[in-house]
Amino acid sequence: MKDEQFNNRNITNEYFLVDIEDYPTQPWDKFKRVVKRTFRAELFVGLWVVMREMLRFDIHTVSYPEEKMPIGPRYRAIHEMKRLWESDTERCIGCGLCEKICVANCIRIDTKIDKNSRKEVSEYSINLGRCIYCGYCAEVCPELAITHGGRYENASEQREHFTIYEDMLTPLDKMKTASQEEFEGFGAITPHEDERVKKTPLAY
Amino acid sequence: MEMAYLIETIIKIVVVMLVFSALAGIGTYFERKILAFMQRRLGPMNVGPYGVLQFGADAIKLFTKEDIVPTNVVAPIFKIAPVITAATAFIAAAAIPFLPSFTMFGYEVHPIIADINIGILYILGVMGVGLYGPLLGGMASANKFALLSAARGAAVFISYEVVTGLSILAPIMMVGSLSLIDFNEYQAGGITSWIVWSQPVAFILFWIAAFAETGRTPFHLIANDHEIIDGFGTEYSGMRWGLFFIGEYANMFFISFMIPILFLGGYGDGSFLGAMALLGKMSFFFFFFLWTRAAWPDVRPDQLMMLCWKILMPVAVLNILVTAIVMM
Repeated sequence: MKDEQFNNRNITNEYFLVDIEDYPTQPWDKFKRVVKRTFRAELFVGLWVVMREMLRFDIHTVSYPEEKMPIGPRYRAIHEMKRLWESDTERCIGCGLCEKICVANCIRIDTKIDKNSRKEVSEYSINLGRCIYCGYCAEVCPELAITHGGRYENASEQREHFTIYEDMLTPLDKMKTASQEEFEGFGAITPHEDERVKKTPLAY
Repeated sequence: MEMAYLIETIIKIVVVMLVFSALAGIGTYFERKILAFMQRRLGPMNVGPYGVLQFGADAIKLFTKEDIVPTNVVAPIFKIAPVITAATAFIAAAAIPFLPSFTMFGYEVHPIIADINIGILYILGVMGVGLYGPLLGGMASANKFALLSAARGAAVFISYEVVTGLSILAPIMMVGSLSLIDFNEYQAGGITSWIVWSQPVAFILFWIAAFAETGRTPFHLIANDHEIIDGFGTEYSGMRWGLFFIGEYANMFFISFMIPILFLGGYGDGSFLGAMALLGKMSFFFFFFLWTRAAWPDVRPDQLMMLCWKILMPVAVLNILVTAIVMM
């Protein structure tokens, strides 16, 4: 798709004004409108439209548990903790910025100094019952360690449904097959969005 | 009274009851599927292959639900109202010839429970009594939406019943009988002898009135879901509500039988082909009820009354007048 298509933002033939007549005031005009409406057989147009759709059989239903709509890369569902591609070690450096920025106070992080005198995450939990999925934690993370994933189907026995560091962390065998999904970044667009995008007309 | 006649009648009653109760259930399946296809949906898909067992699931649900009689309702009337709707729908079917007579095991069977000589009057009368179901149920429910629905029901009833009666009067004048068998025989000479060609206005009027009679979509204002919840059905649950439902769908089927028999030749000369043609015509009219539900908007009660009293009734009277002048 070329840029000039979007640069030309004037109304093309695709947009048109609907022709709406003024309401009649004179009795004779009202009568004419009644006759016109009666014999224009608009009811049959309605019948034809639904029959056409039935014969065309262009079903739009997504049978949900079996089929799922693709979700955008910007979708903010359950958090994920990523690993480094090079060494498979955790990206999280334990800076605690996510805990600080969290508006819902749902992240708790605890760190310690490990034997290599590096900071290491000892406890990390997110209270998903409190989380409002605003995405600030992922936005503030300097290492792209915490991101939002696409797991949006959650069920729990209680409102306070916690997730912990080990559950969010990308498993090591997933790293071995190199199938860790990278966060595409803020502003990433949904796949195939180019075909669906329409321009906004400027002049009405 | 002969024993054989008695047994035959009882068997016919049982068959009609069972077939049309089942058809009412299957009718809901067709309605859901056809409405879904017309709206680019799939409809029921999960119960059985392509959802064909959906009405079985519905039946289980309706039969096993708790029977609730709410506080403040007039209990005896509240309980009897759904029975009136369902029962009158089936009682009216007694005078409808569903198929031409055929021979089975050397015994001639007339697929009509009672060939009374005032068949049409009987059917219209009993179907009219059927409106007492919504009316009494709505008034006894102690619910403002049900009460509104009952009031609408009364208003609709007196409007369309006039049109039904007057529109059917002109064909009756031509045939000279009130029996549906006589109507059928009058039109037995093939397509050219159908009453619809000589009485197109009466046909259209009766068809329109049939929508009001069954309470289907353009005139679906007695139980209009988006305005008055479910109208008279608001307080009902379980099988009592199911009886209203069966009554409505059975009524649709019976009216769909009535229109072809009255205007479109019925089963014709009584051959197998004629019987199939009657079922085909009936299916079309039943399908048309579903079709309009997908396509057309509902009218307001005052619009329906205006339509019935100011347009349809004068047209029906003129139609009778013209028929009478032509017949002289």
